[in-house]
Amino acid sequence: MRGRLLVDDISVEIRPGEVLAILGPSGSGKSSLLRLLNRLDEPTSGTVYLDDVDYRAIPPRELRRKVGMVTQRAVLFPGTVYHNVGFGPAQRGEEFSESKVADLLARVGLSGYSGRDVANLSGGEAQRISLARALANAPLVLLLDEPTSALDQEAKEGVESLINEIIRTERLTCVIVTHDIAQAKRMASRILVLQNGRAAKIGSVEEALNA
Amino acid sequence: MLNRWFTDPLQLGLAQAVAASTVALAVVLLARGRKIHIEKDSVIALIRGLVQIVAVGSVLVLFLKASRWTGALLLAAMILVAGFVSRKRAKGLPGALQVSTLSIACGAGSVIAMMVALGVIDTAITTLLPVGSMLIANAMNTNGLALNRFRSDVLAHAGEIETALALGADPRQSVAPYVQAAFEASLIPAIDSLRSLGIVWIPGLMAGMLLSGSRPLYAAIYQFVVLAMIFAASGLTSLVSTLLIRTQAFTPAEQLSLRAE
Repeated sequence: MRGRLLVDDISVEIRPGEVLAILGPSGSGKSSLLRLLNRLDEPTSGTVYLDDVDYRAIPPRELRRKVGMVTQRAVLFPGTVYHNVGFGPAQRGEEFSESKVADLLARVGLSGYSGRDVANLSGGEAQRISLARALANAPLVLLLDEPTSALDQEAKEGVESLINEIIRTERLTCVIVTHDIAQAKRMASRILVLQNGRAAKIGSVEEALNA
Repeated sequence: MLNRWFTDPLQLGLAQAVAASTVALAVVLLARGRKIHIEKDSVIALIRGLVQIVAVGSVLVLFLKASRWTGALLLAAMILVAGFVSRKRAKGLPGALQVSTLSIACGAGSVIAMMVALGVIDTAITTLLPVGSMLIANAMNTNGLALNRFRSDVLAHAGEIETALALGADPRQSVAPYVQAAFEASLIPAIDSLRSLGIVWIPGLMAGMLLSGSRPLYAAIYQFVVLAMIFAASGLTSLVSTLLIRTQAFTPAEQLSLRAE
């Protein structure tokens, strides 16, 4: 990875409550760009502003609590669903009550799953837990890295409509990486098309896909 | 048989070395008969081993009457070399040399100092150096095992670690399971040595003491003492090195920097 620019010369403003989709072929830098947004990787130049504050001025843990992330394959920690959902708050020493976990699980359609071992979950269920776990931090921004591409068709539709519903009701600012144009159209209000790590197009769904 | 022909200890020693080497070379020839060629490596290793140990023996003779401070200085030099050797087990982790040297110095160094102060290790250089070097060598191996295990676990669990970071976890918390696994795995040899002591093996030091005429019971107890000291030195080394190395896998901005090439 060293010595090669993965993303370059991208300037984009994401408005509060907006859903921006990042489209592009494999290797175009979609996931790399996403990892810069919660500072899992460090930009070699340039920066990101969160509510007009340079994110390098925000302590990384606080930044990552505000900017949640759901990855392509749900990486759950060994143990129970409860342990996973309460992971973020527990890192700050916050008590995350059973009823709060139950509320979150109800929102992702998995009521009664709190005591289950994550080893016994299906792919779709695991992704829902991963979403609930990110939401437990009460983020301002949600980063979604191809959240449905590892799921089978049925689970894919369920998880997509769940995410859609949650980001609309919570008015979450959302950046979703996808290679599925139809999904981008269904979920996003604007689209950024990446090619070789650079912004090829950016605009409303119609502008970006038809121009 | 040999001791009837040679009465001078040095001559006897050389004759015994020749006898043992001959058996070793016979094994090399047996291997050669099966088309396994280890001639070069084995001969070099045998000669190198003999030269090294004779050199150390000669140096020990020179230092027989040296002060305890000379002994301490030699042990310190050994610690530096040990740190240098085991740093290679943490490829890709910055500060591995400092972490290794500091951990071995804390682990082996403090146990040696404590045991010397209590009179468990005699300050005579003929005791201090061999016993001290045993503690340092074992601390070095433990440190190498701990770093190696930590490194491979972090590489294998990058997804879990970054998931924890992305949820706002403290980097130290995100690698806690791998720190614990590295600590436990690094102590397996020291624990197994203690467990099998006397049953599976009678270690070199005890054999040496018996050969040099110590009372068997004292030799046996002292062997246990040495292994207990090795366990303490190794455990302390591993505790320190896993504590220090865990933050070395991250950048100041709490990003995982250790990645598969």
